[in-house]
Amino acid sequence: MQQIIKWSRKNLFATRMNTLLSLVSLWLIYVTIDGVASWAFINASFLGADKASCIANPHGACWPFVTAKLNQFIYGNYPAGEQWRVNIVFALGALGLGLLMTGCISFKKQLAVLMLTAYPVLTFILLSGGLLGLSYVETNQWGGLLVTLVIAVTGIVVSLPLGILLALGRRSELPIIRMMSVVFIEFWRGVPLITVLFMASVMLPLFLPEGMNFDALLRCLIGVSLFASAYMAEVIRGGLQAIPKGQYEAGKSIGLSYWKSMRLIILPQALVISIPGIVNTFIGLFKDTTLVMIVGIFDLLGIISFHFTDPNWTSPQVPITGFVFAGLVFWVFCFAMSYYSKSVERRFSVTGENK
Amino acid sequence: MVSAFIGLVWWLIDNTVANLARQNVATGFGFLDNNTGFDINQKLIAYDETSSYLRLLLVGLLNTAIVSVLGILLATVIGFMVGLARLSDNWLVSKLAFIYVEIFRNLPLLIQILFWYVLLIELLPHPKKSFSLWEVFFLNNRGLYLPWFTTLPGGGYLLWVLGLFGAGWFYVAHKARKMRELTGHNKAYARNYILIGVICLGGYLSLWGVPFEADLPALKGFNFRGGLSFTPEFVALLVALSLYTASFIAEIVRAGVLSVSKGQFEAAKALGLPTSVSMNKVIIPQAMRVIIPPLTSQYLNLTKNSSLAAAIAYPELVSVFAGTALNQTGQAVEIIFITMSIYLFLSLLTSFLMNTYNARVALVEK
Repeated sequence: MQQIIKWSRKNLFATRMNTLLSLVSLWLIYVTIDGVASWAFINASFLGADKASCIANPHGACWPFVTAKLNQFIYGNYPAGEQWRVNIVFALGALGLGLLMTGCISFKKQLAVLMLTAYPVLTFILLSGGLLGLSYVETNQWGGLLVTLVIAVTGIVVSLPLGILLALGRRSELPIIRMMSVVFIEFWRGVPLITVLFMASVMLPLFLPEGMNFDALLRCLIGVSLFASAYMAEVIRGGLQAIPKGQYEAGKSIGLSYWKSMRLIILPQALVISIPGIVNTFIGLFKDTTLVMIVGIFDLLGIISFHFTDPNWTSPQVPITGFVFAGLVFWVFCFAMSYYSKSVERRFSVTGENK
Repeated sequence: MVSAFIGLVWWLIDNTVANLARQNVATGFGFLDNNTGFDINQKLIAYDETSSYLRLLLVGLLNTAIVSVLGILLATVIGFMVGLARLSDNWLVSKLAFIYVEIFRNLPLLIQILFWYVLLIELLPHPKKSFSLWEVFFLNNRGLYLPWFTTLPGGGYLLWVLGLFGAGWFYVAHKARKMRELTGHNKAYARNYILIGVICLGGYLSLWGVPFEADLPALKGFNFRGGLSFTPEFVALLVALSLYTASFIAEIVRAGVLSVSKGQFEAAKALGLPTSVSMNKVIIPQAMRVIIPPLTSQYLNLTKNSSLAAAIAYPELVSVFAGTALNQTGQAVEIIFITMSIYLFLSLLTSFLMNTYNARVALVEK
């Protein structure tokens, strides 16, 4: 008890100003918790098959909307009998990521390569089907969290290698390659993603010969991936610049070719330094996937907004609850990633001090 | 490789021309002179159905500009407050700031915009039951209404003169500082400048009267008229952009202050400076060197992010020009080209200015 008093005198009530700030903060905390609790729990409706119970509780969340639509929020209109395919993809992804992040396993490198190559191929076969006796599922039936994750993972898988190439290109000694990389990177970084998506959805069809057409989801995937690559390139360039010149010279002096010295000496070090930046780019990319909703793709946010128009669920609280639910899902993903990136940063900064 | 690239570009252009010819879409920028045929609900300059697409572009651009400028101001203020709060000795305050940052930074901006928008639309009362403050500020689900003024004859000129006077203040303050640095004497430049200004203004007002008239919002029929009004779209976008960007700015400010070496804090303390003075005169000026480059890129991000307004139909550049105008004219190539060029120009300009600034600061540091 005495320690608590001592602690709070030091940390909360040291000066008059501090006391005032503490009281204001306490009041803020009280108001926020009170508001959130009464909206999310006390005044909320939890059970019900349609809007009736939500209209009866006009000052609280309408959770039955979320529970009733949860399947569609996750899978979109993916056929119910085929949803096990999506589940396998989710489970494999979670397993692989879990092992990579926590694992004290010896085959980490091989696993990372597998996750970046074999996993996307397997995912594509499982999700779209048409092979190995799996029935074909068109992408316009995909939706919800599935599409959000597909876009995010594709963006990650494409942008990492492409970003490395662009970063190397920007530091290349060949002027044309360097110029092309600079133009590419600055162009994509200079325009908002939404214009890129508009371009992908209205201009890509114009660029292609008659009859050749892209799937709407694929167009967004291309737009998002190219956009993310440019940001990735700048992060990796930062990592490349941080490698001392001696390392480059060492590579040259033992007679390694450019690609070999990059692959064996420079990139392994540069990528490790840039991990926090890379993860931050992933977080940005993940948040940006919500924009595809504006060009009519039903990602998690898109499908939730779409269901607001369901006449069985028209109540003022439904959209608010829907957005809060979407926010919670996105927040959990992004916070987990940022937490991971911070822990990596901490690990490296400790070893840095030991040197 | 270069020839392959040129070949690819040629192939794409060839396809595009063929496709456009087949769809009978006109090409070129002639459409900019045509009438748009639709009105929009927020315009800073005269615009109606008979205005041209060029005019529409300008209106959209101005709407982007106003939400960006106000957003930048708000985000900077909130961001600095939260960033400094994060470093506060007060445990509660720093934890609250931390929670703020973690919540707003990890939520997609689009969700935040949509959330504030439905909150405004669904939960605020109808105009007849508006929230009001002193009966001059009103908030309802049609928007936010503030008292404003209209100019009577002569008022416009007076505003210009006042603006010039305000700009002159910077020059005088600069001159006064230079003099103080040079001679060590405080010359009363600034005080005299203001004194002259106040006397002139007082003279003008007493001779010709106040050339302004208060314009208070008032309920007429189903909605408010008069005053300065903001649509719910604008308010939602502004709030979401500022809160979101502020969370990033807070982290930048925190990192900047932490980058100032501990000796500087101790030196300020040893001189006996109070915390506020040592912050303002010693720490922040040094931290600014680290803060400004990432801060500028956040400003640029905010401007680019204002394009998300397309989701709630706030009439800014992307929403009215790359959205509505594109659907009407079908001239996708030209419209997307113009839109992207504007953003690209802004971003290249910013990075150019930043590089110049960095070069200057690096020299000073040496």
